[in-house]
Amino acid sequence: MFELVDVVHRYRAVPAVAVPHWRVGQGEAWLLSGPSGCGKSTVLHLLAGLLVPTYGAVRVAGVDLGALSEGARDRWRGRTVGLVPQRLHLVGPLTVRDNLRLAQSLPGLTVDDDRITALLEAVHVADLQHRYPRELSQGQAQRVAVARAVVNRPALLLADEPTANLDDAHAAQALELLRAQAVEAGATLVVASHDNRVKPLLSFAYSLPVTLASAA
Amino acid sequence: MTLTRLAFAYARRRPLSTLLVVILLAIGVAVVALTLIVSRELEEKLTRDAQGIDLVVGAKGSPLQLVLAGVYHVDVPPGNIPLASVATLRANRMIASVIPVSLGDSFRGYRIAGTEPAFIEHYGATLREGRLWDRPMEAVLGSAVAQASGLHVGATFTGSHGLAEGGGEHKEAAYTVAGILAPTGSVIDRLVVTPLDSVWAVHEAHHAGAAKDEDEHREVTLALVRFASPLAAAGLARSINKETELVAASPAYETARLLTVLGFGVDLVRVFALLLMAASGFMLLVALSQALEDRRYDLAILRTLGASRRKVAWVLLVESVMLAAAGTVLGLLFAHLGAYAIGTWLPQAAPLATAAYRWLPEEWAVVALALGAGILAALWPAWRAARLDVAATLADG
Repeated sequence: MFELVDVVHRYRAVPAVAVPHWRVGQGEAWLLSGPSGCGKSTVLHLLAGLLVPTYGAVRVAGVDLGALSEGARDRWRGRTVGLVPQRLHLVGPLTVRDNLRLAQSLPGLTVDDDRITALLEAVHVADLQHRYPRELSQGQAQRVAVARAVVNRPALLLADEPTANLDDAHAAQALELLRAQAVEAGATLVVASHDNRVKPLLSFAYSLPVTLASAA
Repeated sequence: MTLTRLAFAYARRRPLSTLLVVILLAIGVAVVALTLIVSRELEEKLTRDAQGIDLVVGAKGSPLQLVLAGVYHVDVPPGNIPLASVATLRANRMIASVIPVSLGDSFRGYRIAGTEPAFIEHYGATLREGRLWDRPMEAVLGSAVAQASGLHVGATFTGSHGLAEGGGEHKEAAYTVAGILAPTGSVIDRLVVTPLDSVWAVHEAHHAGAAKDEDEHREVTLALVRFASPLAAAGLARSINKETELVAASPAYETARLLTVLGFGVDLVRVFALLLMAASGFMLLVALSQALEDRRYDLAILRTLGASRRKVAWVLLVESVMLAAAGTVLGLLFAHLGAYAIGTWLPQAAPLATAAYRWLPEEWAVVALALGAGILAALWPAWRAARLDVAATLADG
């Protein structure tokens, strides 16, 4: 599904991350692990096309992201990638439903209200659809953030530290939600985490090598 | 979910800051638009009142004072001129018509103008009620005078000495209302018009023992002159001023001079209002810059959802223009309502109530200026939003 080949990404001339080779198949669920600061989030951003590697190639679903213009990468990202950020951030002035509608309209897709309704029901927040993010609990916000990430049926679902600050029960629930929605959307799942509780719940793991930056 | 709706949602999320920016801009727009409406109305009114009067001939003194007294009826005339000079003017082949006017008294603040029927014809006034005078001490009321006083045909009233309220009343000489004029929108609406004989009769009765019925001793205050041909404009005023004891003042010239003086004050008010608009533009810039800081993570999320740099910048630009548009609409509404209120409450400014319904072409410039301020204010925050480092923002949390 995606492949990183000889990828090095430098941040202010210092290597922030290095991935010699990582290949992932369609529909697989992966843990991207490594100590804090080793560049897990950077790899997610490379896979999402938010960053372009200094060296090497990132190919997702047959597309070499480095070959796309920035505008094309933006459109591609909106249609192909779902990202659940660590802060589960939802757009504050919009209701739950409008957050999902925004995710469909920004990459130029037609807003599909039936899909949104079905998805909100699937993640058990249909009754919260007219609420604003500030009115949601952490768990509810997480469900909405996952729903927003999969609303466009992405080929690749990325989650950054989804179990941070969660107890065991909630951590398991969060991962199950991601896995279930990835399966439902037919997406490849990559979870970046340094949480040891995550590893047994995902099929594959890739451990990032320590870079100069993280070693320092 | 359009970006415009998102921009609206952001604006609604900061009600206080949004309201302050909109109100400040609205005040600036309102003051600029109101000065436009008032100055346009003033110019048109001055032009309308002076229409068809090429010269005002009166006693030696300030030409501007003569025009203000004789055409606009807002100042005290410099003095009187012999009635004989009216005949002299009429004999001049360069002059088409001469209308003598005698001023000096008033009725409840409205001036009593002793004159001839040609005065009423000059302003295109028609009788709404009654008839024209056919003897001394009969008067025709302008529409505003009739409305304010409530007098009807057949009623009597007395004039007061002087041109303002509070002068001694001529109780011994009462006028009878012979007719009431229909509104014209010109100065005659605010005048009491009577034959010259009435004014002479009132003052001869007042100054008992003065010479009576001797035309050669009679005076009028001024004469409104119309040229027989445009050629007269070149030298007639100069020859009157040089060769006689009279002053000939051109209403067109004096009005232009007056507007230049008034225009300076109007320009000052406009500069102040433009500064207000600039201040509101600056406040918009500060509010958007602050909002940008508050929304960095939001904007980063928009980028992860597929928004291009341009779209992210567009959200801020649309929000700014939306606030500017709201301030503009509100400001224009304030200006027109203000003009209507002034026109309704102040009888002297009554035409403003009608002008309030009119859209001036210059108001488009105000709209463009306000929206331009909105666009300018958004440029810097929008550029910064477009340059946002998404990965770093997401990583910083």
